[in-house]
Formats: sequence, C-alpha cells, structure tokens
Amino acid sequence: MSNGCGAPTQGGTIDANTTETVLEGKVVSDGTPVGGAFVRLLDSTGEFTAEVVTSPEGDFRFFAAPGSWTVRALHRTGNGQADVSASGPGVHAVEIAVA
Amino acid sequence: MSRENVLVSAAWSEENLQAPGVVFAEVDEDTTAYEGGHIPGAVRIDWKTELQDPVRRDFIDREGFEKLLSAKGISNDDTVVLYGGNNNWFAAYAYWYFKLYGHTNVKLLDGGRKKWELDGRPLDKEEVTRSATSYQAQEQDLSIRAFRDEVVEAIGNKNLVDVRSPDEFSGKLLAPAHLPQEQAQRGGHIPSAVNVPWSKAANEDGTFKSDDELRELYAEAGFDGSRKTIAYCRIGERSSHTWFALRELLGHEDVKNYDGSWTEYGSLIGVPIELGSGKEA
Repeated sequence: MSNGCGAPTQGGTIDANTTETVLEGKVVSDGTPVGGAFVRLLDSTGEFTAEVVTSPEGDFRFFAAPGSWTVRALHRTGNGQADVSASGPGVHAVEIAVA
Repeated sequence: MSRENVLVSAAWSEENLQAPGVVFAEVDEDTTAYEGGHIPGAVRIDWKTELQDPVRRDFIDREGFEKLLSAKGISNDDTVVLYGGNNNWFAAYAYWYFKLYGHTNVKLLDGGRKKWELDGRPLDKEEVTRSATSYQAQEQDLSIRAFRDEVVEAIGNKNLVDVRSPDEFSGKLLAPAHLPQEQAQRGGHIPSAVNVPWSKAANEDGTFKSDDELRELYAEAGFDGSRKTIAYCRIGERSSHTWFALRELLGHEDVKNYDGSWTEYGSLIGVPIELGSGKEA
C-alpha cells in the first residue's frame, strides 16, 4: 500500500544536507510558540500548495521546490503570514507571527 | 442533489451532538488528532488500518465493512456525519466509501476539524463506546469507482479532473509538499486531464465554496458538463473531495473517483503520460 497523504508529525530535526528543499519554522504569538495552527504553503502566484498543523511547539515543515513561497498560518487567536525564498535544496527557516 | 442533504455546518453539528440517530465519526490517516481531542461523542475511523485491506492494495470487502460498522455501533438507518483533518480529505474519502457500500444517510461536516477548531468549538478526550449493531452493506456501487482500464479509455473522451497541485500535475513534484518527495513512479498527468486543484473548491477555513463559485471554477477549467467524469489525485482522497463537489454539490450524474490515482497510473507500464501544465483551459 502507498503512503498516505496526511501530514507526518511536525517538529524534530532533518538532515541539513538533505537533497530536498525544506521550508520549516515556527508559528509564534508574542514570541510564544503556537501549537495547533493551520499552516498553508502558497506558491509564488498565491496558489495553495499544501497544509500542515503545527506541533505543540509550534513547528511546521514543508518539502517544496526551489522558488518563492508564502507560508500562511490560521489559528483561532489570529492569522499571519511570511514570505520565504528557497534558492535550492537544503533547510530554509521561516517564522510566522500570528495576531 | 442539494447541499442541505449532503453537508452540515459546524453550528448545526454542535446543536445536534446528542441527536438520536445521528452518529459523528472522525476519519483521519493520523489518529493522534482524535486522541488529542475529538468532537464529543464522535467515533473514530482509521483510514489506513480500518478501511484498507491490510495486504492487497484495495478496500476491505463488503463483509469487512459490515463488521467494521457493526463494531462502531453504526446502524443502517443512522445519519453518519463525517469530519476529519487535512481539510476533510479522508472524511470525503470515507463519505465516498460509505456511498460505495450503499449507506443511505451520510453527510460531511463542512470545514471538518479545521473549521471546528478555528471556531473554538468543544473537543474532548472521552472514550466513546456505542453498542454493537448488525450492519448490512450493499455490493459496491461501481458507478462511482473507476479502475485503471477505464481511465486509459477515458483519455480524450471523458472529463479527467486531476485535483493535485499544479506542481504535481506538471511533474515537478511527486507528492504534496508536506510530504517527502521520494516516490519512485513517474511524474506528470494523464493526457487530456484538466488540472483543478482540490483546494480551489475550498475556502481557507476548509468549508466548500458556494455552488455558483464551484460551477464557475469547473467551467473555467474546461470541464464539459455533458461528458462523464473521472477525478483522481495521488491516492484517491483529495479526489474524493472533488468527487463530492462535482456529484454531491453540483449534481453531475456520472462522476467516478479513481482511487488507484497517480500512484497506480504513474507506475503502469506503457500508458501515456503528459508533462507540463497541459492544455490551456
């Protein structure tokens, strides 16, 4: 059977020498991590690409491709977004503040 | 088919948690969500371990489905309200699956877990037990399930709706971007397919767009309402979401979900594959 399409557990660390283009970071509110936020990965045209739910520590991670992306977080306490540019494979960090 | 018959709002659901004859069921691939808090009284259905055959790539059979629903305490005349994470992908898949085995009253909670959580509605960790029933399933209704041969025959003849993201459609990515990209099969899409990502049918909070918005979306993509339709994605759950929009909300009659989807098609020997963004809509 194939792997499902559900998101794997968020958080943990990933090999910095990965051949994947990884976009990862935290959702924060006043500097405090926000768990259970819905993080949406939007491509350079604003089109939805993927969505994950942050871990209790506020972590999220996407396996994308090189290019410009927007990450947008939704939470019952507020929404927020940030842009990230991935020049190539490797881990690209980005933080999203919600308010 | 009208929206009220197939979709219920979070507000309606909260008011009907105790309603007799209504069973809420959370369907997820990752069941830790349920364990961390579920809609009060909702039973859990595990997409992977309970709806899939443990050995072959196929569904549990009719008898297996009867056993499963009986054990969950679901009766034939119950109204089953399905919801889940991932924008209701697996709940929509379960909806289609319940229809496949002939369950009469099944509805989707609009927006699923996301809308419920964004609204700040109650979740609890109570263990849910319901008395066992003697559930009777029907033979699979194959008018809503497509297999590989009819998908190949449908090229250029039926609407093929590829609901994956544009990068998966073009062959740039092999899986959604929240997953590692290690799959070995070829990238691309079925020739003549139009790309209407499932996400275009949903609002940011996970609820379905209005019927008018949906009609416009598919018309703009080159969807021909006079043709029969097959929807597919990677493993068949995102396409269940679109199958729901096309058949249950918009009322198109001959719409099938191809659950083999790209993981099957992209691994077949000799079938045609198209790369790039495909035909212009």
